[in-house]
Amino acid sequence: MASEHPRANLQPLTLHIPEPKFRPGDAVDFADVDVPPAGEARRPDTADKASDFTDLAYTLVRVLDDDGNAVGPWDPKLSPDVLRRMLRSMALLRAFDERMFRAQRQGKTSFYMKALGEEAVAVAAAYALDYEDMCFPSYRQQGLLIARGWSLVDMMNQIYSNTADRLGGKQLPIMYSVKEAGFFSISGNLTTQYPQAVGWAMASAAKGDTRIAATWCGEGSTAEGDFHSACTFAAVYRAPVIFNVVNNQWAISSFSGFAGAEATTFAARAVGYGIAGLRVDGNDALAVYAATQWAAERARTNQGPTLIEHFTYRAEGHSTSDDPGQYRSEGEPNAWPLGDPIKRLKDHLIVIGEWDDERHAAQDKELAEQVKAAQKEAEKNGILGHGLHQPLESLFDGVFEELPWHLKEQRQQMLDEEAASGRPWDRKA
Amino acid sequence: MNMIQAINSAMDIIMTRDPDVIVMGEDVGYFGGVFRATAGLQAKHGKTRVFDTPITECGIIGVAVGMGAYGLRPVPEIQFADYIYPALDQLVSEAARLRYRSAGEFTSPITVRSPFGGGIFGGQTHSQSPEGLFTHMSGIKTVIPSTPYDAKGLLIAAIEDNDPTLFFEPKRIYNGPFDGYWDRPSQNWSKHPAGEVPTGYYKIELGKAKIVRAGEALTILAYGTMVHVCAAVVAEAGIDAEIVDLRTLVPLDIETIEASVKKTGRCMIVHEATRTSGFGAELSAIVQERCFYHLEAPIERVTGFDTPYPHSLEWAYFPGPVRIGEALKKIMKDA
Repeated sequence: MASEHPRANLQPLTLHIPEPKFRPGDAVDFADVDVPPAGEARRPDTADKASDFTDLAYTLVRVLDDDGNAVGPWDPKLSPDVLRRMLRSMALLRAFDERMFRAQRQGKTSFYMKALGEEAVAVAAAYALDYEDMCFPSYRQQGLLIARGWSLVDMMNQIYSNTADRLGGKQLPIMYSVKEAGFFSISGNLTTQYPQAVGWAMASAAKGDTRIAATWCGEGSTAEGDFHSACTFAAVYRAPVIFNVVNNQWAISSFSGFAGAEATTFAARAVGYGIAGLRVDGNDALAVYAATQWAAERARTNQGPTLIEHFTYRAEGHSTSDDPGQYRSEGEPNAWPLGDPIKRLKDHLIVIGEWDDERHAAQDKELAEQVKAAQKEAEKNGILGHGLHQPLESLFDGVFEELPWHLKEQRQQMLDEEAASGRPWDRKA
Repeated sequence: MNMIQAINSAMDIIMTRDPDVIVMGEDVGYFGGVFRATAGLQAKHGKTRVFDTPITECGIIGVAVGMGAYGLRPVPEIQFADYIYPALDQLVSEAARLRYRSAGEFTSPITVRSPFGGGIFGGQTHSQSPEGLFTHMSGIKTVIPSTPYDAKGLLIAAIEDNDPTLFFEPKRIYNGPFDGYWDRPSQNWSKHPAGEVPTGYYKIELGKAKIVRAGEALTILAYGTMVHVCAAVVAEAGIDAEIVDLRTLVPLDIETIEASVKKTGRCMIVHEATRTSGFGAELSAIVQERCFYHLEAPIERVTGFDTPYPHSLEWAYFPGPVRIGEALKKIMKDA
């Protein structure tokens, strides 16, 4: 009976609210971030059972060491040519981000999101996947399009919502959709793409196709129900899908602790589902490439899904609408113990005698020019700040395959109102 | 055929015609569904085309969206419409908007089947009518049949349609029409003309209502189970009502509605869903906007109450013959 145990003698319960280690003004010391030596993690055979290598969900697969050498069993042993192309894609992504970020600040568009510091995550994965594989990205994987050689002008047209925007100005900037390049339409609702990627992969398997799917979400959004539904489906049907969790430490201003990082790793989510899980140095392009290639091989040989946690750091704000100075120490990006992914790959190429600082500087200059030229080209089609670029009536296109009466009526009403306004079509470009 | 057999026949025929049609959902595979709507489909079409799923509605619809994006035509089942809420985001933010947001690069040609409505002592979690939630969201079609014949033709049309469609099955009339008198012997579809269902392929165009009973005194707009309840009440009251079975809520057959109300001058709207912000409110607004000068009495709404579906008081909640009868008297008072 409860009355026999007077509550007055019990310790009061306490509620734990996670708190990041550093706030604005704090000195940063990442000494307690466990960074195991490169080359240490074992590389199981892709046919091994997921339960035989659960340890890999708790360590960090790393290939590039502090001196720029590629070491250990995960070294994908890529040719210098592929390494240089990967480096170029990452540098191009950074140049693109830089220019588009500035375009937003200049009022040329409404919104932008950079991938600064996590360029390896999308770019190296794109190189390890087949072009025909379908990617279900989140909003910070523009590197997939860049690595797949997609037109920068086309991407910018979307960012500017201009006359050449393939999405007709219907999506927020950077929410690309490029079916042709295996890049699924991005949703602003988090992690909805996870079960969709599983469905695509299941469909591919059901049809006896050979293509696989890959999807990305941030560590914060692993808390969404869709993530867990997707993991369950993928495990149950052994869907040929790769789940990527980009653990960049920050979900807007909430640190990874609010998604459960204090208790375990994100790769460890895989263990409970019986899915293969890998935790990877996300700032190590070779590790990301190797892990993706390994997971792709598992998927292609019907071994099922793999969940890869990319341990990385979001060096910029969440978006152009965010000021990280308000919630985290400004020392964090530079103190991040895994370094800069572009510099690490560049150092490696230099160490193996396939690159040098002069060529790198020249390339940076060339890429900046390339982006600038693309921007000039895109701006010929208009920028968001300069009014409407799409015909007004296109507002109703694509709600349904065919326009039902009520949308026809609403469209006519809109056009009549515009005509009656005394300044018809003023808002056209 | 009863309505379940008609629905089963629709899926069987369309799966035979189109190898890209896939049926998925909780218990739909080996067992054939808790209402038996998918019985025999797995044995005939194979396990990769008809399969059971984990109990995660968000996952079922999310996976179906991905399959649709691949190029398949998934027909996911949500076992009871009451359980569609966990899938709401995948339906309204994803399936319904994929075509719009990708400018047609990706589409969601999915047909979500789900038994809905009350009258079977299903309590709060097996009786709801959530159609109004979806008609409020742009980009998704909503279909509700009232007979086996319509169910088959509409389901085939929905599966062949390239837009995401919700197909709500009024489970109270799966086995036979229902007159609203729960204490009378139940009827069987075998004795009803709409139970005569061709075994082959046919379809009924979405967006076309059906005049179930032509009349001059008033127009009754209804769908699903309520079509039959209204017909029974009207017959017993001896009123010359025109009963319009809407069949699809989006797209709505505005021409039939408008012509009927202008002819009769009176409009009564009947649905089982809760009243506030229900689809009846939209119908009422449309009729008022288009037919106001033809109306001879205020529009009447007969609906469920704004409460959860109460288990033991189910027949008090259900908009049955008594409530419909009172509304009829009211709307016909000055006639």
